[in-house]
Amino acid sequence: MRYFLLIFLLLAVAVVSIAGFRGSISRKPPIEVFPDMDRQQKLRPQEPNAFLPGGISSQPFVTGTVPRSAARLVKGELVASYSDSPLRDSPTFTGRVAGTTNMVDTIPVPVTEKLMARGRERYAISCLPCHGAQGDGNGITKKLGMAVVATLHDKRIVMMPDGELFHVIANGRNLMGGYGQNITPQDRWAIIAYVRALQLSKLGRATDVPAEFQRALGK
Amino acid sequence: MSDVFPKWTNKLPGKVLIGALLLGAGVTAGLTYYFTPKYTRVGYQPIQPVAFSHTIHAGQLGLDCRYCHNGVEKSWYSNVPSANTCMNCHNQVLKDDPKLALVRESAQSGKPIPWVQIHKTPDYVYFNHSVHVNRGVSCVHCHGPVNKMDEVRHAKSLSMTFCLDCHRNPAPNLRPPDQVYNLDWVPPQNFAKTQGAKFVHDWKVNASQNCSACHR
Repeated sequence: MRYFLLIFLLLAVAVVSIAGFRGSISRKPPIEVFPDMDRQQKLRPQEPNAFLPGGISSQPFVTGTVPRSAARLVKGELVASYSDSPLRDSPTFTGRVAGTTNMVDTIPVPVTEKLMARGRERYAISCLPCHGAQGDGNGITKKLGMAVVATLHDKRIVMMPDGELFHVIANGRNLMGGYGQNITPQDRWAIIAYVRALQLSKLGRATDVPAEFQRALGK
Repeated sequence: MSDVFPKWTNKLPGKVLIGALLLGAGVTAGLTYYFTPKYTRVGYQPIQPVAFSHTIHAGQLGLDCRYCHNGVEKSWYSNVPSANTCMNCHNQVLKDDPKLALVRESAQSGKPIPWVQIHKTPDYVYFNHSVHVNRGVSCVHCHGPVNKMDEVRHAKSLSMTFCLDCHRNPAPNLRPPDQVYNLDWVPPQNFAKTQGAKFVHDWKVNASQNCSACHR
């Protein structure tokens, strides 16, 4: 019995010392008890896949691909969610006046409070790290070596047509990278609406404020 | 009889019983402790091809999760960003750092960086990120405080119980939509009882416990 207990204890100690405790850091992938069910032969996004060109499962779109969400009729107008669609010429997706290379002057979608709120949220996600909460180019990245970040209150940018801002967000300019992959066209217009509001916050005069709010400003 | 069975055999049945009980208890304890995702998955911290620190990016700089994982609100899948996203800043910040050589190469060639996936539900589980984050379930519930992880590790078990615990009683784990990506958010007192329950009602949260909710 003594030997049995001794061996039992030794075994227990051996198991704990080899297997360790819950939550301890491990570099090895988790053990899967039934790997054939856990990992099925199907395509999952962003996983390596030897079958496909380049070994990647998330293949780039073939030129001219029309997404399934494309080209819905909304209030008698065709609406698509990607620029690479039959509507690729509409100003909503190009920022240009249809059929020309001229940038549209104003936002071609209805500017609502909802769009503005969306713009504020999206601005905070994608723009604020560099351009700063006020749009003055003093984002946190400035401290880390982003030397030249444009202030959005620059006259050049205030005077820029909305279509050109759309173009800059999508494709970048100078040292700024393009955000076309990250920000959908609809969200780009939302951000532009919010940027215009930011600019107005510095350019506006007290008389621009509706009369009932002027008193609150102390004027 | 003592010639056939020596005296020490008197105690044998008792010893066998105790031995069997001990063995049974040991094996049961071992299985319960080790054969669950709480042991197998939690703590998995692979070495990544690029030493990306979430502490710096999401914690110190305060980047929103969605700056990089921009598909999380729209898709069942929360994407890893392409190297282009990194290069938005790293074309200027640390632009010649050898640690970022792979990122620069990837941005130029289009060849993906071979990140090692950490949180990987089995293929028979159909988890949808967008429905969760758009209904007030924060990243932190399933991924832990990633903004404090220099190297990301598997923080929660993501076992079936883990999912069901929340599906049975979602209210305590819901938060205002604008705090979903704020991993440091602490609910005010009694939040679950008042606001949480309200969210469940207002948003018509129907956290199904049906098998087919997750297994299809």
